[in-house]
Amino acid sequence: MKIAFASGKGGTGKTTVAVNIANILQQTGVDVQLLDCDVEEPNAHLFLLPRIDWSVPATVRRPEVAEEHCTGCGVCAEFCEYNAITVLKTTVLVFPELCHGCGVCAEFCPERIITESDRAIGVIEGGAAGGIGFVQGRLNVGEVLAPPLINQVKEKAPAAAVTLVDCPPGTSCPVIEAVRGMDLVVLVSEPTPFGFYDLTLMATTLKTLDIPSGVVVNRCDIGNDELYRFCRREGLPILAEIPHDRRIAECYSRGVLITEALPEYRELFADLWKRVIDSLPSPPDREGREGTGTSP
Amino acid sequence: MKIAVTAQKPGWTEPLDNRFGRAAWFVIVDGETKKWTAAENLQNRQAAQGAGIQAAAAIIDRQAQVLLSGNVGPKAFRVLQAGGVRMYRTDTAKQRTVADAVAAWERGELEEITAATTEGHSI
Repeated sequence: MKIAFASGKGGTGKTTVAVNIANILQQTGVDVQLLDCDVEEPNAHLFLLPRIDWSVPATVRRPEVAEEHCTGCGVCAEFCEYNAITVLKTTVLVFPELCHGCGVCAEFCPERIITESDRAIGVIEGGAAGGIGFVQGRLNVGEVLAPPLINQVKEKAPAAAVTLVDCPPGTSCPVIEAVRGMDLVVLVSEPTPFGFYDLTLMATTLKTLDIPSGVVVNRCDIGNDELYRFCRREGLPILAEIPHDRRIAECYSRGVLITEALPEYRELFADLWKRVIDSLPSPPDREGREGTGTSP
Repeated sequence: MKIAVTAQKPGWTEPLDNRFGRAAWFVIVDGETKKWTAAENLQNRQAAQGAGIQAAAAIIDRQAQVLLSGNVGPKAFRVLQAGGVRMYRTDTAKQRTVADAVAAWERGELEEITAATTEGHSI
């Protein structure tokens, strides 16, 4: 079973919910792992304190041109969707930071003088935190290609009965890549105009991708009821409501799990998980479903 | 000698556009006769990324040897340099129109751009 935690708006509590669910599941003997796919700013490790056992580079393909054989036809530049290669007479300029590694340039070069090599864009690290399996991706500073790294984090992760995916904020390509193949996405939001607006974007995105979702209302006692009305109208289940409790913020700031430091919240997270299970579409297995969307 | 100038509209007396890659228009001026032609930069203005690269390739394709603009980013700079285009920086506080920029360049008043003047904008 694969469950992702996303939000649209940043700072709503995706990681908080994900790591506490992981903790609750592990304590009840579930084979659970957490994948931190917020590769630009992975922070789940701050709460789980995993032991890292392995680390592999994440790479994308990059073209290399044997310029001395270039005829200057410009086919590579013409076909590049990302403006990552340009030809001036017979000088070929490659911009690796724009290249998505699609290989079109190498495929269509009439002289067959473009080859591809691997370029490291970050690392994938794995290990365990107590009984919780842990994998995270870290994108190198200055790199922009989060989606291929997220994809590689998911591919490198071992199999587990329950896989929890902590997504990046936003609604663009990195999130799409992170939620691809999920059985359900938990949308962590807050009942403020900003939280509400981004929730509508993310809910619409998931509807388009045909991935079921439910909502966790964090800081539920602030803001207004716009978010609740939206959930009712769209038929989105409310999975949990987390109050605006100063002690939760204190736990977060110290990197401590709520389900450890504030045992009265354990039931809330256990119920949240029960509702996730109840909200899963029944038997028809959702494996092999392809996501949509192509480029970041 | 052809001089490319970034402008908001196609014309000799039109205001300068401070941007290079996403400039509205390129006015290409013949240094001797002052005759000009203009090319709209529509496709690059809407490009998700690599606007500067494509814009640089476009003005090189039009045989410009000099560029007058407010800013040149790192990728555009690399292409322009490879294409042998010399770049000079306009200042909208001192030059308002394409004509002003060309006149200031002829008087040697424009600072030559020898490194990118701004950071890249690709996300």
